[in-house]
Amino acid sequence: MDETARRIRGRLVDMSHRAKTPHLASALSCVDILVAAYWGVLRIDPALPQDPDRDRFILSKGHAATALYATLAQRGFFDPALLDSFAADGSPLAEHPAPRCAPGVELATGSLGHGLPVGLGIALGCRLLHRSYRVFVVMSDGECNEGSVWEAALLAAAHRLDRLCIVIDYNKWQATARSNETMALSPLREKWQAFGWEAVEVDGHDPAALLEAMGGVPHPSGRPRAIVAHTVKGKGVSFMEDDNNWHYRVPTAEEVRRAKEELGLA
Amino acid sequence: MRNAFAAELTALAVEDPRIYLLSGDIGNQLFDKFKAARPDRFLNCGVAEANMIGVAAGLALNGFRPIAYTINAFITTRCYEQIRVDLCYHNLPVILVGVGGGLAYASLGPTHHSCEDIGILRILPNMKVVCPGDAVEARLAMRAALREPGPVYIRLGKKGEPVVHASPPPFQLGKAIVVREGSEVCILSTGNTLPLAIEAGEELNRGGVSTRVVSFHTVKPLDEGCLTEVFSRFAVVATVEEHSRLGGLGGGIAEWMADRGPVRARLCRIGTPDRFLHEAGEQAHAREAFGLTPQQVASTILAARRPSA
Repeated sequence: MDETARRIRGRLVDMSHRAKTPHLASALSCVDILVAAYWGVLRIDPALPQDPDRDRFILSKGHAATALYATLAQRGFFDPALLDSFAADGSPLAEHPAPRCAPGVELATGSLGHGLPVGLGIALGCRLLHRSYRVFVVMSDGECNEGSVWEAALLAAAHRLDRLCIVIDYNKWQATARSNETMALSPLREKWQAFGWEAVEVDGHDPAALLEAMGGVPHPSGRPRAIVAHTVKGKGVSFMEDDNNWHYRVPTAEEVRRAKEELGLA
Repeated sequence: MRNAFAAELTALAVEDPRIYLLSGDIGNQLFDKFKAARPDRFLNCGVAEANMIGVAAGLALNGFRPIAYTINAFITTRCYEQIRVDLCYHNLPVILVGVGGGLAYASLGPTHHSCEDIGILRILPNMKVVCPGDAVEARLAMRAALREPGPVYIRLGKKGEPVVHASPPPFQLGKAIVVREGSEVCILSTGNTLPLAIEAGEELNRGGVSTRVVSFHTVKPLDEGCLTEVFSRFAVVATVEEHSRLGGLGGGIAEWMADRGPVRARLCRIGTPDRFLHEAGEQAHAREAFGLTPQQVASTILAARRPSA
């Protein structure tokens, strides 16, 4: 998994550089969460992306779209060559995922606070249809500023939607400031617990911890699960880590070279 | 209209297991029969409209036909971004039903007035906008909306409005219905102003101006066949709606006219003015304050009929 995550991170650096797109640090932040999900947790078959029994994965922090595209390509949902067209004029792969833009993309996101309500509806449908798949929604900490997140939190808990799981990529930054200085998110795990969720905290870069937390869905408590994953924005590239300038900055060719070297991809 | 909608939806839900009703904590006892017939197809989403739209989208992604219901102002302006992104962008077959369209809830004040909803919803790609003129049309609109592959917005009045149609007329989304024939003036009404439009037409007829009245229930897509016919045949075509003169049926038809080029008829847009109503009072009072009594509508149309200097 470490090898896979490093290769995906290298891909993200390339994509940002080539397409001159922002949000690189946000994408790097959640790579280990996506790798754990797609290689260790999700019951999916890349050859059957519309299988009605597949686990659903929604990247609600749609600005990290490159992480989703690179993960899906690496996992075999589509030809990695398509990644070269990312954000180019006419490409299906835009800076935020569009509806049905590529096999494996479950939902168009980009406006924050949408993934969880929709994921809740999917989990509700799953129960009504007597199916057993699970719904995973990855959100950012900044996204928890949105009121719709907390509306969904209350409803999911009331109906004990235990096949619904959120993973919060808690990198302590939002677009322009520290997330806890912007809105009082902390204590985040306790908030979700108080909202009626089975809430745990993990190291969001520790594959084993992520596998255990996500793999434990549905939880025997019968409650929806919230995984507060502590992460580092820009993870994997030393000069991007915890430097919020990389929310918007695009790496130069020299920075791409240095990043790849650090990732062992030179 | 409200009770007809609930009864029709209950009948439809018995036939179709895909139907799922979401309520924004509204409709006390209204859905008792629905809940009795389909207890597992109803969810009170609480006073949380943004989330309700997302939940409806998730259900639609699972093959359900969700109907999201609450007070008109709250199913539209309150959760507009969710409608735009979750429903319209994904083109999902979710039906939004609002109760208290226009000034139906006038006495509750401008927080509960809804005179901007048609304007904001009809500009969304994939969205269809339907404003039934009476309880019969409300039932037919509900049935027709379920046949659509994408999102539909149904704007209801309240309960107890006069019933216009003695029997169900042929009904199709995007196909206006002539309810009174006439030859000089044509009134196009959308939504709960239909009885008002008929009364205004009678007033005009009494004054010797033969008036056709049309229930123009679908604001999007516009019935262009009807518009082409009435704008070539009549001297004045008036739109009547409990909606702002900006952006509603009148606004939509003005856009159509601009694209179409010269037509014979003059367009007279009758609706609410560009202001909030800062007075208490019932719907009849609000209508009068905004120039929407039958007499006021008739005289506005007569004024439009005089050749301008």
